[in-house]
Amino acid sequence: MSVPVELVGQSGTVVRSNVIKKILKNPLGLSAVVVLLFMVVLAVLANVLTSFDPNFANIGKTLASGDAVNLLGTDSVGRDVWSRLVFGARTTLLSALLCAAVAIAIGLPSGLVAGYYGGKFDGVSNWLVNVLMSLPGIIVLLTVRAALGPSVWLSMVAFGILMAPGYFRLTRTAVQSVRNELYVDAARVAGLSDTAIMSRHIFSVVRAPIIIQTAVICGVAIAIQSGLEFLGLGDPSVATWGVMLNEGFKNIYLSPLLLVWPALAIGLTIGALVLLANAIRDALEDAEKIKAPKRGGNTAQASLATVRRRPDRTFSAVVEAGTEHHLVKVSHLGVGYPQADGSIKKVVDDVSFHVDRGEVLGIVGESGSGKSQTAFSILGLLPDAARIVGGSIQFDGKYTVAPTDDRVSQTRLSEYRGKRISYIPQEPMSNLDPAFTIGYQLVTPMMRVLKISKSEATKRALKLLDDVGIRFPEKTFEAYPHEVSGGMAQRVLIAGAISCEPDLIIADEPTTALDVTVQADVLDLVRDLQKRLGVGVILVTHNFGVVADLCDRVAVMQNGRLVEDGDVRDILRNPKDPYTQKLLSSMLEDKEPMTMLVSAGMPAAQAAARNDERDEKEMAR
Amino acid sequence: MVSFILKRIASGISVLVAISFFTYCLLYFSSANIARNILGEYASQEQVQAKEIALGLHRPLLTRFFEWAGNALHGDFGVSWFTSEPVVSAITTRLPITLTLVIVSIVCIAIVATLLGMAAAVKRGWIDRLVQGAAVVGDAIPDFVLAIVLVSVFAITLKIFPATSSISPDSGADAWAASMTLPVIALLINGIASIAQQIRSAVIKQLERDYVRTLRSRGIPEWEILFKHVLRSAAPAGLTVLSLKFVGMLGGVVIIEQIFALPGMGALAVQSTSMGDIPLVMGVVLYTVIIVIIVNLLVDLINGWLNPKVRVS
Repeated sequence: MSVPVELVGQSGTVVRSNVIKKILKNPLGLSAVVVLLFMVVLAVLANVLTSFDPNFANIGKTLASGDAVNLLGTDSVGRDVWSRLVFGARTTLLSALLCAAVAIAIGLPSGLVAGYYGGKFDGVSNWLVNVLMSLPGIIVLLTVRAALGPSVWLSMVAFGILMAPGYFRLTRTAVQSVRNELYVDAARVAGLSDTAIMSRHIFSVVRAPIIIQTAVICGVAIAIQSGLEFLGLGDPSVATWGVMLNEGFKNIYLSPLLLVWPALAIGLTIGALVLLANAIRDALEDAEKIKAPKRGGNTAQASLATVRRRPDRTFSAVVEAGTEHHLVKVSHLGVGYPQADGSIKKVVDDVSFHVDRGEVLGIVGESGSGKSQTAFSILGLLPDAARIVGGSIQFDGKYTVAPTDDRVSQTRLSEYRGKRISYIPQEPMSNLDPAFTIGYQLVTPMMRVLKISKSEATKRALKLLDDVGIRFPEKTFEAYPHEVSGGMAQRVLIAGAISCEPDLIIADEPTTALDVTVQADVLDLVRDLQKRLGVGVILVTHNFGVVADLCDRVAVMQNGRLVEDGDVRDILRNPKDPYTQKLLSSMLEDKEPMTMLVSAGMPAAQAAARNDERDEKEMAR
Repeated sequence: MVSFILKRIASGISVLVAISFFTYCLLYFSSANIARNILGEYASQEQVQAKEIALGLHRPLLTRFFEWAGNALHGDFGVSWFTSEPVVSAITTRLPITLTLVIVSIVCIAIVATLLGMAAAVKRGWIDRLVQGAAVVGDAIPDFVLAIVLVSVFAITLKIFPATSSISPDSGADAWAASMTLPVIALLINGIASIAQQIRSAVIKQLERDYVRTLRSRGIPEWEILFKHVLRSAAPAGLTVLSLKFVGMLGGVVIIEQIFALPGMGALAVQSTSMGDIPLVMGVVLYTVIIVIIVNLLVDLINGWLNPKVRVS
């Protein structure tokens, strides 16, 4: 256990960290190590620590309390309790180690082979694991004892066999997950033998979980062994904690202290093993966390107050901040995440814009520009750790985020969300609950929001599925999300977004996760629905092509700030901000200009005709 | 679906046969002095030999196993070698006590652990720390040690509950309740802590999933998202551990029953194995394994119902 544990992260990089140091720094880990060391010292020095043979019975001095000769007193046949306790530590710890060793010796190699090669061996060993895991441990041990006699060692070997599936499964899963990793492939290509790969690359992955598992198994072994001996089924000639418990329980009315010592020893040892396992796990997780980006965690109210001030106007792009009525009005919005050091990292800073009914606003920017965070603050669906650090949001003239709020008020938002504001997500598959049918996921919101009956909602859902261009609405209605394609799933989500007749739809990169051919269809669908229903749309995207295709106005974001906004044609023709220019030029390089740019003067009727044509194609599909 | 159930039943039967044969072999090697044990020290050599022939001990292992298995298939598990009580009736009078104990404990664990685990995942804060801390403490104390503590405090010192069982075959509900309370508590603590921990991490994982955000955007009330959607996807993790707990408990309850002197399967298992009463041991093992197989099948079915992807494959 004294080796630094290697951790193979997802990126394949190896993180070395001195886990031992971390365990000792953790107060619980330290106390676990101290208790275990104490027990080990007792076990090793048993001969030195007591002058009594653990089985020497002094009939003249039974159930005596502690004195200078018998430190902890004597039991019902006059045996020295202290000497039985320290010799018991030796037997108990050794037998637990024996159990773990047997389990590892069986589980580890078989798990390695089953995971690495799969095939028949995997099938057979899985069946055996099933057999072993269906066996109630104590009943088996009782039978083994009946057959082979009351030996501590034999029963721990048998228990080790029963515990082997734990190691088997752990190793097998770990091996299966790394078997196809690139670095294992590379090792194979480099000509390393299977044995070399297994011992060098794969063993390093399972080492840490095995140490944790061993601590847990030792605890279980001690518990079950003491349990058996407590039943009076142990070897009476060997001093163990379990035998002492049995002796103590028999004399519980005469001398309750006899019960306390072994119970304390068992509880402390098992507890220390569990804590040690937890400490190792925590230490390993810490090592992983260093690689992961820090986020959220400790909220710092004090610094929040200092951040929460009116934002500096000079940063903001030119926006209309008048008092006129808009469907959504975002004014000087700031969103931030408290950091571990008490500061707040702003991801959205002084952003203002508005959207009206029947209008499509595009929010464009690279990933990390704060465009999705802005959209989610309108929906009130920011992560828990997020704080509003400035500004306000109004929906239809009412504040959903008032100028002094530091979080989005869920009660206020719940009046609008799903009813008047709806959402089309980016990744269609992960945004449907895999456990419910598509029909259920369309019908329930309508029943909750519109307060209509199930049959009416079903009728509407089928109509909606038809509207979004799904060819067999009934079949899709009955299907589970994993039974439809990504494009279909996105149509379903769009149907869900329009199902309760919202005034505003927020679409977060609605085509990014789709195949290129499907992207155009989905954009056409969004455009058509927007025209027909006359809703306001906020379209979050990184793609200027999509903006040119769909939007009336556009807001360009960079690093949480709004750098430019205005009419789509103006910005496409004449971008003022260097960042917008860069975005546009990177998109137009070596590509045909988008239709919007060349046919900007195209009469509206002509454009509408083109749309209808596409819609027909869409519906016919 | 039907083929899935049939497959599971077939695999269950193969497990059952394997375990029966394995146990029978083990017991075969332990049955050397059985006849002498039954008849006592003062029986003559002839009497012992006659008894061995009567029990069929002189015949080879396989013959004996197949005879036993053939009878067992017809529902005849034989009679106890020591008490001549039919094995089936010996088990059926004791099984209800053990099953009550285990099932009541498992149901309590499932309900309390689910609520605690969800509360810890959703509210975080003190309740989360409580669940985390309890999980460590629960793991650290073996349930029989806890049972001993409970007996010494509540039964012997405070005398609130009876120290030993007052259940007899025809006793009423109050005797059951009085006798079951402490044993159930002893079994609960450890289970609740570890299952709540499982539910907690599964719920946290589900809450981070995209579909939760989409459900919120659709105007579904938060309680419905938690109890219908999140819990449904988080449940399999808890169920699997719960089924392992059930198997563990069927064995572990042996010790608990001894401590509280409950006349359940535990006492039968200890007696029959320590005396080498082969028909009775086989009966106990078989009943236990059948229960385990049924529970595993149920868990598979519930998981299939919870997760449609499993149902398809």
